[in-house]
Amino acid sequence: MKFAVVSFPGSNCDEDLYYAITDDLHEDATIVPHTTTDLTEFDVILIPGGFSYGDYLRGGAIAKFAPVMAAVKAFAQAGKPVLGICNGFQILTEAGLLPGTLQHNRQMRFICEPEPLLVENSQTMFTAAFQDQQQITLPIAHGEGNYYCDDATLAKLRDRHQIAFTYQHNPNGSVSDIAGITNEAGNVLGMMPHPERAVEAIQGGTDGLLVFKSLLQAHLRTV
Amino acid sequence: MFLAQVHVTYKPSILDPQAVAIKNAMHRLDFDQVTAVRQGKYFEITVDAPTSDDAEKQIEAICDQLLANPNMETYRYEVKELANQ
Repeated sequence: MKFAVVSFPGSNCDEDLYYAITDDLHEDATIVPHTTTDLTEFDVILIPGGFSYGDYLRGGAIAKFAPVMAAVKAFAQAGKPVLGICNGFQILTEAGLLPGTLQHNRQMRFICEPEPLLVENSQTMFTAAFQDQQQITLPIAHGEGNYYCDDATLAKLRDRHQIAFTYQHNPNGSVSDIAGITNEAGNVLGMMPHPERAVEAIQGGTDGLLVFKSLLQAHLRTV
Repeated sequence: MFLAQVHVTYKPSILDPQAVAIKNAMHRLDFDQVTAVRQGKYFEITVDAPTSDDAEKQIEAICDQLLANPNMETYRYEVKELANQ
């Protein structure tokens, strides 16, 4: 299974993702630059955390125009899995691939902590290795992770089971404790917590590996 | 040549914790009569467009596509002609 990790100027979790896939999932990963225009050879696209383009203007606001994003959109429209983590989540909302926005944390502090989460929907290609309502712990590390959407969008997210992960103790002010959502089709997931930072016991836990194992299981079912 | 002065601000429904922190700092400076603060972004954009209408169209498109996030922000702008240099 071939994972692409898209690296923008200012991405800083691209190598963490690369090693999570190669060392821990034991699958193939390639770090591709933001100038790439063809991603069709890959099975999954990972948009990493960091500070793409220095977060100038807003997190993800400049990255959404990077040359690679047309290929990411085409990939998503083809129904193939796209996972955006942290700044990757911000980029996917700015690019219109996911609804809503990530605002400044309610208390204006950058938060870097292991965070207890609930799996709200284990019926997605990103979460099938979890149980519904399973309690897991993943690290968060963000200053702008306060998910916001209007009431109509929130109602849609709920009706269509697009809320994948919630915080057990809302750390940043997110609407409805939201930590991660999918698009309506279920093949694009954005999440603020970092699964790639919880793939080996030495990191304090391995719950994150199940996100990547879910993708692998989904892939094996289709080939 | 036209100069656009663009203000991008949060919608009233959006909580802006930076503005709250700034307001609290004003109160600490004893400006007790300050009741509200809103923070925004200000841009000056020079456009070499043939007409004012054309410049406005470009500025609006720039705001919609880049400068403002319609989920949480609104914008307003003024376009004025620059004297020939």
